[in-house]
Amino acid sequence: MEISEQRNGEVVVLGPVGRIDNDTSPDFQAKLLSSVGDNGARVLVNLSGVDYISSAGLRALMMASKQSKATEGRLAVAALGPVVQEIFTISRFALVVQVFDTPGEAIEALRA
Amino acid sequence: MIVRFWGSRGSLPVAIGVRGIRAKIHEALLAARGHKLDTPKAIESFIERDLPFSIGGSYGGNSSCVEIVTGDEEFVLCDLGSGLREFGNHVLLSRGPERRSVFNVFLSHLHWDHIMGFPFFTPAYIPGNLIRIHGCHKAMRNAFIRQQSAPCFPVDFQSVGATVEFVELETGHSYDIAGFSVTPFPQNHPNESYGYRFTRDDKVVVYSTDSEHKYQSLEPSHPVIDAFRDADVLIFDAQYSLAEQTSSKEDWGHSSNIIAVELAHMAGVKHLVMYHHEPNCDDHALDTILAETRRYAELSVSDSKLQISSAYDGLEIVI
Repeated sequence: MEISEQRNGEVVVLGPVGRIDNDTSPDFQAKLLSSVGDNGARVLVNLSGVDYISSAGLRALMMASKQSKATEGRLAVAALGPVVQEIFTISRFALVVQVFDTPGEAIEALRA
Repeated sequence: MIVRFWGSRGSLPVAIGVRGIRAKIHEALLAARGHKLDTPKAIESFIERDLPFSIGGSYGGNSSCVEIVTGDEEFVLCDLGSGLREFGNHVLLSRGPERRSVFNVFLSHLHWDHIMGFPFFTPAYIPGNLIRIHGCHKAMRNAFIRQQSAPCFPVDFQSVGATVEFVELETGHSYDIAGFSVTPFPQNHPNESYGYRFTRDDKVVVYSTDSEHKYQSLEPSHPVIDAFRDADVLIFDAQYSLAEQTSSKEDWGHSSNIIAVELAHMAGVKHLVMYHHEPNCDDHALDTILAETRRYAELSVSDSKLQISSAYDGLEIVI
């Protein structure tokens, strides 16, 4: 899966592209958990390039969220497209992962 | 064949109270403004056509009990939750108190919400009736005795008048029972639970409640895909949201609507029926979840043919 990585100060910004499903979620999960690490990393997942996310993708986000909390890091997602936004609502994931409208807002919050 | 739901609620029976009823009446009357409802037929049509199910109806509150109706002499039931009481009343009303019957029960597991209806099952107290309780737990008999003994219940289990047999089944085997080929399969739940695949005349009903499907279930080679394969009706525990299932309620032994849809698609299920509803969900919440689940099916498979329902007490599905 294509996943861009950029740094915005101390915040790592990941940019997956396409569908996050059973086929692509292993790559997504590996990259995400690696970025969260074990040392309080601040990670933003920019979902603007994601058309669809299945339970496998959401599970990766949940694992990363737990790992982030355990290591005193911070994790957020931003720029959800309409379909991904719907799936976040249906799955109630907006209650367990921080969601921001724009990457800018997310980065500001993660830096705070 | 008809699948008839006598109890669809999980964990604990619930009852709508006066506030809930008043809220429904209020909403119905608001919706009725401008409608000419001067005959019973007009009122019935308005309820059917113009009110959401959460206002004109209810998902009910009895705990797990499902009947598979074939028209044969013997009854077939899945679980003995509080919905069993109304089933028993129905049997006596439809067959009369003199006629003796055979009840074939298939138990998912021994947690109280799945056996709590038995002490209130009137046919159990009538000599001549035969109740065969099939299941894969060795402790079935003890569970029923414990449930129905002092100090927890005033009428001892040993005093029921019907003949009660406990028939132990094994997973991975198929059994010819009451005109069905029945195959139990193991599920992931505290103290273990079991699902059942019922096949008759090329029609398949799968009863799979109290099962927590973790990520591994979504592998095409996972045994659960075979257990669900091409089911005409899959009754599936979707008690939690996916967020709950993977966080606060992880390892509680239940699944979600998202997982339900994904597994149903993978297994080629025709009709998914969400079941074992969370007691904290009122009718409005369950209506919302049903709409969301149907939408998720559209989002995940573009030409999805999967029919999706949410079980309610009194629902009948004709196969």
